[in-house]
Amino acid sequence: MPSEVIENTPQTSCYAKNRTRSEIMDGFKQAIPIIVGFIPVGFTFGVLATKNGLPGHLTVLMSFLVLAGSSQFIAISLFAASMSPITIIVTTFIVNLRHFLMSAAIAPHLSKMPMLRKLMFSFQLIDETFAIHMANIDRNNFGEAQAITLNCIAHFCWTAGTAIGVCGSHLIADIKPLGFDYALPAMFVVLLIWQIKSNMHAMVAAISACTAVGLYLAGAQQLCVILASIFGATAGVVLCTIRKK
Amino acid sequence: MHYSQEIIILTIIGMMAVTYIPRLLPIALLSKKQFPEVITQWLAYVPAAILSALLAPSLFIKDGEFSLSFDNMYLWAAIPVFFVAIKTKSFFGTILTGMIVIAAWRYLLAM
Repeated sequence: MPSEVIENTPQTSCYAKNRTRSEIMDGFKQAIPIIVGFIPVGFTFGVLATKNGLPGHLTVLMSFLVLAGSSQFIAISLFAASMSPITIIVTTFIVNLRHFLMSAAIAPHLSKMPMLRKLMFSFQLIDETFAIHMANIDRNNFGEAQAITLNCIAHFCWTAGTAIGVCGSHLIADIKPLGFDYALPAMFVVLLIWQIKSNMHAMVAAISACTAVGLYLAGAQQLCVILASIFGATAGVVLCTIRKK
Repeated sequence: MHYSQEIIILTIIGMMAVTYIPRLLPIALLSKKQFPEVITQWLAYVPAAILSALLAPSLFIKDGEFSLSFDNMYLWAAIPVFFVAIKTKSFFGTILTGMIVIAAWRYLLAM
């Protein structure tokens, strides 16, 4: 009985509020490398799209609605090469198919999330946020407020970076200020290290890395990530089964 | 660019649809399902596999070609970055190391 009474006291709701606030702060902190990485890349995208003749407002619209860096750069090059819209859409589909795997990997951890929030969460599911969410899930440090904060900051920075690039496209040609372009590769390094929880995980990462590079060089630039990931994870399961026998 | 405004908008909406659907379907349909053991195990390897598949080409491939040469800054800078990541497991420490190494390298090259 007493515990029920305690749960309804103002202190608990205050605690809940504090918890949400600390989750939001956490989301902000974790978003720092994304802010540092996305604004310059978004800027570059805005500049490139504008130089290739895509109207400014549509460039920003693309960043807001598609929210998938590499496929957007490819789309601009296809627009510039006067490819048909169908080609552009199919290429985008292939390049972005890897998100299907990420969505499947994170899905079991979102069982408590309401459907409406899932609709938004998955709209903003990108490589960088996925990697951070999975790291938080592993450390039992995943919270909805934190995840939504992170997602929205990433979405905002990508779109805002694009808008700045569109407006400032006449100002700059080369953008490699300091080491900002290396913030995201370095972030992937540390998140990868966090994912290496066993020797088999290291093996999976090595197989996946070699396969990705091989496929890329063989000309499958657009499919290399998803194919290499499927191959790496499958190899891990197979090797694990063999070892057990 | 010879596309009309309408065509560009429709292309962007198409791009959005084909990007959103693969992101949405597993989360919308699978999050309440219990997977068989082997699928759970497979999915547990997916993050490590995806991260290294995203990272490896950006380190080993420069201008479309496999490169181990010292011109390939991204690859060699990754050595101290990996070292710091493994030793400290620090999120910001690792990122800062990467940015400093790349910035210092460019500074020295420019001298």
